[in-house]
Amino acid sequence: MEDLYSDVQAGLRLKAPYALPQAMSELELRDFFARLDGENRSLKCFAGAGVYHHCTPAALDSLLARSEFLTAYTPYQPEVSQGTLQYIFEYQSMMCELTGLEVSNASLYDGTTATAEAMLMCVAAARRKKRVLISATVNPAVAQVCATYARWHGIALETVPEKDGVTCRESLREMLGSGDVAGVIVAQPNYYGIVEDHEGLADEVHAAKSLLAMNCVASTLGVLRSPGEWGADIAMGDAQSLGMPMNYGGPYLGYMCTTRTLMRKMPGRIVGATTDGNGQRVFVLTLQAREQHIRRDKATSNICSNQGLMSLHCAVYLSLLGTKGLTEINEVGCHNAHILAAKLSATDKMALAYPDRPFLNEFMMRMADGYTACSVIKAGLAEGILAGVEIAPDLLLVACTEMQTAADIERYVSFVNKLKQ
Amino acid sequence: MNSKLYNRLIFELSKDGRRGFMVSECKGCNGAVEANIPASMLRKSTATLPEVDEPTVVRHYTNMSTNNFGVDTGFYPLGSCTMKYNPKINELLASSGIVRDMHPLQPAATAQGALRLYDILQKALCEIGGMAEFTLNPYAGAHGELTGLMVIRAYHAERGDAARTKVIVPDSAHGTNPASAAVAGLEVVEVRSLPDGTIDVDDLRSKLDENVAVVMLTNPNTTGMFERNIPAIAEVVHAAGALLYYDGANLNPMLGVARPGDMGFDVMHINLHKTFSTPHGGGGPGAGPVGVRAGLEKYLPNPRVVKSGTNDFQVVTDSDTALGRISLWLGNYTVLRRALAYILSMGSEGLSQIGPLATLAANYVMESLKDLYELPIPGPCKHEFVFDGLKDKSTGVTTLNIAKRLLDHGFHAPTIYFPLLFHESLMIEPTETESRDTLDAFIDVMKAIATEASCAPEKVKQAPHSTPMAHPDETEAAMHPILTWKDLTS
Repeated sequence: MEDLYSDVQAGLRLKAPYALPQAMSELELRDFFARLDGENRSLKCFAGAGVYHHCTPAALDSLLARSEFLTAYTPYQPEVSQGTLQYIFEYQSMMCELTGLEVSNASLYDGTTATAEAMLMCVAAARRKKRVLISATVNPAVAQVCATYARWHGIALETVPEKDGVTCRESLREMLGSGDVAGVIVAQPNYYGIVEDHEGLADEVHAAKSLLAMNCVASTLGVLRSPGEWGADIAMGDAQSLGMPMNYGGPYLGYMCTTRTLMRKMPGRIVGATTDGNGQRVFVLTLQAREQHIRRDKATSNICSNQGLMSLHCAVYLSLLGTKGLTEINEVGCHNAHILAAKLSATDKMALAYPDRPFLNEFMMRMADGYTACSVIKAGLAEGILAGVEIAPDLLLVACTEMQTAADIERYVSFVNKLKQ
Repeated sequence: MNSKLYNRLIFELSKDGRRGFMVSECKGCNGAVEANIPASMLRKSTATLPEVDEPTVVRHYTNMSTNNFGVDTGFYPLGSCTMKYNPKINELLASSGIVRDMHPLQPAATAQGALRLYDILQKALCEIGGMAEFTLNPYAGAHGELTGLMVIRAYHAERGDAARTKVIVPDSAHGTNPASAAVAGLEVVEVRSLPDGTIDVDDLRSKLDENVAVVMLTNPNTTGMFERNIPAIAEVVHAAGALLYYDGANLNPMLGVARPGDMGFDVMHINLHKTFSTPHGGGGPGAGPVGVRAGLEKYLPNPRVVKSGTNDFQVVTDSDTALGRISLWLGNYTVLRRALAYILSMGSEGLSQIGPLATLAANYVMESLKDLYELPIPGPCKHEFVFDGLKDKSTGVTTLNIAKRLLDHGFHAPTIYFPLLFHESLMIEPTETESRDTLDAFIDVMKAIATEASCAPEKVKQAPHSTPMAHPDETEAAMHPILTWKDLTS
């Protein structure tokens, strides 16, 4: 064995065994993880801000655990990867249906990086323009990731201000006027849960020879006007809301769809249908000339491993629910959110921050004098409720889904009623 | 299995009105969306999703899975991908009842277990990598590379050394290296490899100047050779004011042998889905934690897990010195759990055996086959090695043919036509989890294919013969892309 490492100089060798514990048995491991998990709390979730607690149908866990899917590598050998290739093709088809666009990739990491990739794509498509605008109503975590990518990639990322909870169209118009904008990024629903009226937006953006990229919460695409219908060139975001367990932050999936015109600028893998030697329909990775393993530093992105198995999750989830199921999920979330918002507003502790704006299943409450978002969250924890996300000392972002019962909503309202200044 | 009965798209199994999942009945919910959102903001056209019942969905995807090859199906000697066995206990521990329903933004006080786990894994990777601190936020290897390069750019920027905009990578590097560099806004300069596969240090020296930010290396490199001059390389790189980056794609053979930090690397990433045995999932989710040597910790991305004065873990989202934010939260958490389960189940001693065993397996296969296959770089190799096709070039049998013929025998193909240093690269990485029996079976088949190439070359050239499908028309797929079910039906 020593001969096999004769090229590793003695001075580089590990000087002592790793300072790590001795091997644990399965039983010890289970115990170790159980103890760790005992330090976490399970809460009735009313938090959103990009991550939503939805039901994960049991069939999903069973199918995702199929080890032929789970333990495969990227489908570079189509002859023995038709399972993976076909579910990606089905996933792409479903995402195009939801977004109203023509082409989907096989997935990106999450909604933040998918949006950053969309920003890079706008700049790559525009060639010489290096300026991108992002609405102030986009989730700040998403905007921060875009800013990080922009900084090192030499992109001038500028924020379009908000007005009354939505993207300020006058400001946007002015910023587009300079003519050097490669792309505009907006959100739907936006960070505050507001469904923005993007009527005419695409025309204005296109008139400035710029691209429109829309970050949408995937589950809401079941009912809300699709990015394609708004005239967007790119739709992207997080698909966690399609029934993915929250799992303290991941894995989720960043989706991205675009038009045929832009497909060769798209990052990530794409699966296409073709025929095999016997004339039967089969699936292969295609348009690979965009990718890092072929184009190296000229590739559209550096992405290699993506969130493969989570695209299977999306395909199975959307198959189980169908159009009607997805609509119902939105109906229940919308109903619960409006009931809770009305009941919370009826207390004298808080009121809707933007009472005139339409929302689907997420809304922002402004605290009355003497109350803070933090105190609401603290009081909720005592009741086993995660009351929402603190956006500012006086702003609380609250989300509902099909997971809350009428009793849960009553419990929430009840502890708020008991809040003292 | 590949039954024709199940060889359809889920859309083609759709029947109006069928359902695979019911939402709890909700009084008053019907019409809630229309009642609260103006019609102009609602969908005009319905999204066409399949309408299918649960058994149909389960059979459809279960049958599809049988057209797939995974590590659980058989030997997967895919070079540079480290397709080792993924222990089942790690799957069991990947999530739990509590963890599944944990929202990333729930207060840190209610997520101490999750944060402690992050801290334990982070520290274990530091011990294994010889680094001062790791971020576990990056989602994949390429994401780790990008993050690591941003750390390096942040370091130079803070020193006012803004002119450092070049990255040097060897011509044998993984494609993600130059691609990540380009995303990070760096210009790529290639350094030559010597005939023995290691980098040409003189060529490297001539390319190092005051504009170079970083030199990225994989060690052992993609030809499976350890860069024996690494201390000298580190010295010249550092003398030029640049940093040295370790692409951890090939970390496996170094376990128990040497640490990147001790070799002089400043920043590194680890592919948890390679070295630490988390499943590849058909292309993710993986994880690409990034480690840095002492002095560079402050540049690691937000959010960060830190210990407060009272020994509680907290999440910092707004550190000014950080390179910025590169992910929604703290990475692919269930992947991190699997990796920690793997490290704890191997223990200090078990981990130390991984590198030598992986190297032994690769050398065993290499030695057994080098009389029939062209070995451009004589061994010993580390965890993987590269053949340049068959030794006998007169048969016209290519690396692609050999790869496809292997599929007929129930083995996954090696990595082919990479690295780009050779025309017929066939890159083999057996990993430490394969038994001698499996390696022998593979060797026998590789020998049989070599013989067949001489005696019945057409049989090899027409391969595969027994896979669920063969000879897809990839040119047609790229010329006239059919990318959705709608494209197929229109």
